[in-house]
Amino acid sequence: MDTHPAAALSPIFGRLSLDSLPLHEPIVVATFIAVVIGGLVTVGAITKFRLWGYLWNEWFTTVDHKRIGIMYMILGLIMFVRGFADAVMMRLQQAMAFGGSEGYLNAHHYDQIFTAHGVIMIFFVAMPFITGLMNYIVPLQIGARDVSFPFLNNFSFWMTAAGAVLVMMSLFVGEFAQTGWLAYPPLSGIGYSPATGVDYYIWALQIAGVGTTLSGINLIATIVKLRAPGMKLMRMPVFTWTSLCANILIVASFPILTATLVLLSLDRYVGTNFFTNDFGGSAMMYVNLIWIWGHPEVYILILPLFGVFSEVTSTFSGKRLFGYSSMVYATVCIMVLSYLVWLHHFFTMGSGASVNSFFGITTMVISIPTGAKLFNWLFTMYRGRIRFELPMMWTVAFMLTFTIGGMTGVLLAVPPADFVLHNSLFLIAHFHNVIIGGVLFGLFAAINYWWPKAFGYKLDVFWGKVSFWCWQIGFWMAFTPLYILGLMGVTRRMRVFDDPSLQIWFVIAAIGAAIVAMGIAAMFIQFFVSFMKRKQLADTTGDPWGGRTLEWATSSPPPDYNFAFTPVIHDLDAWADMKKNGYERPLAGFRSIHMPSNTGTGIILAGLSTVCGFALIWYIWWLAGLSFVALLAVAIAHTFNYKRDFHIPVEDVITTENERTRLLSAGA
Amino acid sequence: MSSGSHAEHGDHGHGDHGHSDHHDDGHAHGSMKDYVTGFILSVILTAIPFWLVMTDALANDQMTGMVIMAFAVVQIVVHMIYFLHMNSRSEGGWTMMALIFTIILVVITMTGSLWVMYHLNTNMMPMSHDMSQMP
Repeated sequence: MDTHPAAALSPIFGRLSLDSLPLHEPIVVATFIAVVIGGLVTVGAITKFRLWGYLWNEWFTTVDHKRIGIMYMILGLIMFVRGFADAVMMRLQQAMAFGGSEGYLNAHHYDQIFTAHGVIMIFFVAMPFITGLMNYIVPLQIGARDVSFPFLNNFSFWMTAAGAVLVMMSLFVGEFAQTGWLAYPPLSGIGYSPATGVDYYIWALQIAGVGTTLSGINLIATIVKLRAPGMKLMRMPVFTWTSLCANILIVASFPILTATLVLLSLDRYVGTNFFTNDFGGSAMMYVNLIWIWGHPEVYILILPLFGVFSEVTSTFSGKRLFGYSSMVYATVCIMVLSYLVWLHHFFTMGSGASVNSFFGITTMVISIPTGAKLFNWLFTMYRGRIRFELPMMWTVAFMLTFTIGGMTGVLLAVPPADFVLHNSLFLIAHFHNVIIGGVLFGLFAAINYWWPKAFGYKLDVFWGKVSFWCWQIGFWMAFTPLYILGLMGVTRRMRVFDDPSLQIWFVIAAIGAAIVAMGIAAMFIQFFVSFMKRKQLADTTGDPWGGRTLEWATSSPPPDYNFAFTPVIHDLDAWADMKKNGYERPLAGFRSIHMPSNTGTGIILAGLSTVCGFALIWYIWWLAGLSFVALLAVAIAHTFNYKRDFHIPVEDVITTENERTRLLSAGA
Repeated sequence: MSSGSHAEHGDHGHGDHGHSDHHDDGHAHGSMKDYVTGFILSVILTAIPFWLVMTDALANDQMTGMVIMAFAVVQIVVHMIYFLHMNSRSEGGWTMMALIFTIILVVITMTGSLWVMYHLNTNMMPMSHDMSQMP
């Protein structure tokens, strides 16, 4: 701590002063003004249309897994726009900064941008997206009324949102980390990063990490305990299986991230020497630990999407998934193997030949179950009646893109090749190839597939196709040049370049990013157009695609209680089985339904956590202490809340179910 | 599988997911005897390491460390059996599965890290100066 002049610390405001506002950065100031105007318009509109009460009662305090799922998706979309804006800024900078030009971003700003891009895209885009998806779909697929711990679910969401708020705050108050997305020490240590950037990073991830871990526990408990009668493990839909494995990975690996970041914060706050250069610290230990979390993390992201592709392929091929049990075993294999490959992220750090070859081989081994999955999807399509609706288009695009990304990954798994390609743009192209081609394409497939379930109308096909083709063309234009540049030896995170012959590739990549931007815009237009045409696109059956799993058995959108009667499962693909055997929806005998009550405790706790995190970042010790005590007090007070549940009266159930009967007969 | 068997039944209308199987082992909370046994074992397993350190009975620091680690492992097992009521049947075998998975991951993490860090330490950190001289 002796690197800080203690005199600069105000007892009231800590490190925070007017100088902390980045008024000297015109780009940030312009963004800030735009955000303030946008924020004021939003707040004004909500106030004008008197929506605060509605939002608070129906959304912010909800414990309904469907609404929480949708809120996760909205959080992911908002942060996706922010993360993509960072990406466009980087592409523009790299396309400009040639021939003595410094581009338009200074090093201080550029380094924050590439760090924020990585952190946001992984923690606040991909994670909310998959958590939201699992939250929405899993309880419906297993015939449950909600998750095991509905309040915990609300709390988890708001903790994730609190982390996102801290990251966004760093844009306008102080600065974000300039260390790269994993904040390797010693650069992230207090000596080399004395400002608030790394502290924002640490506390945003720690607070969001609480939410992620708790939602992992929640979903595991839900899948293990709340399956409808008859749904044995080997009758679970594949998406539920992959969600189960992803959540086990979350619960097993996020504590490692938490512990590693705690050690880093101890180094920064109280002057310990776990990862410092001297006094026995080892920065290499940080790299080792963070990747023990980091590699399972990429499988946390991709596994649920493998489930999505399985559901989509089998639905739109009109047949049962080929090799269901091999799919399940492949998923479980990947789950365990994902813990045995972490060193391939730092082959070049200096381990001996035996260590490097062990981890090189395990990395190649993990591609085998992944390849098995790909063949399962292909064989599912083989001789199926394939309907190329939007979700299926994204799935086919995924198969092509992900396979190429996977092959460049196996290339990087060869240690001698990695010595040439480590930290080059080839690596950047590789992981965008698998994360965009796998996670994002999967999310777009999922959004197009389940949107009618969530909102009661299909998405517009024309704008969906515009978005699809913009993404395909834009993606390959943006990342093929990076493969080529990487092979030429260009390293990542560069701000200016000397060799003018490289510029053309960066210009092509920037054009690709612009086309991707059009794809994103087309997606938002698609949402808007579909909303306007919701009467034409309406889905009255609850089963618009001829689905095979249980979520299609209920109405679109599902009632609060999901299923009036808990379904009984007799086979894999429960809904296809029910349809085949002439299932008739019960029209009488309804009962009142026991449901959890909404509570505001989740958002209050998360708000206090944000304040506590902010205070810790700025060394405002009194506020940190105060908010932490308040946090404990609210949590304890919540345990005395006995108004935790209510019954949906039987009349309401009958009204809802009769409305569904009417819609079904009107459609038939 | 007649269509009749597909009729949904209303037994679960109370949303408490009544098919949950948390009653499948009747003695999930253990008996007084279990707790006392666990307590006595814990005390013994704590007292012996204390005694080893205080009296320096083994006269070998490394040996003492190993023995204490061994006692700690036994202590963990005692806690799991007598206080957390772990056995292969509770919660339909899920707790045992979770335990086995946890052990596998912890072993991978610990041995892997030791192996990797040993390599890195040998190859990358030539310590020409004596660390014990540092403040």
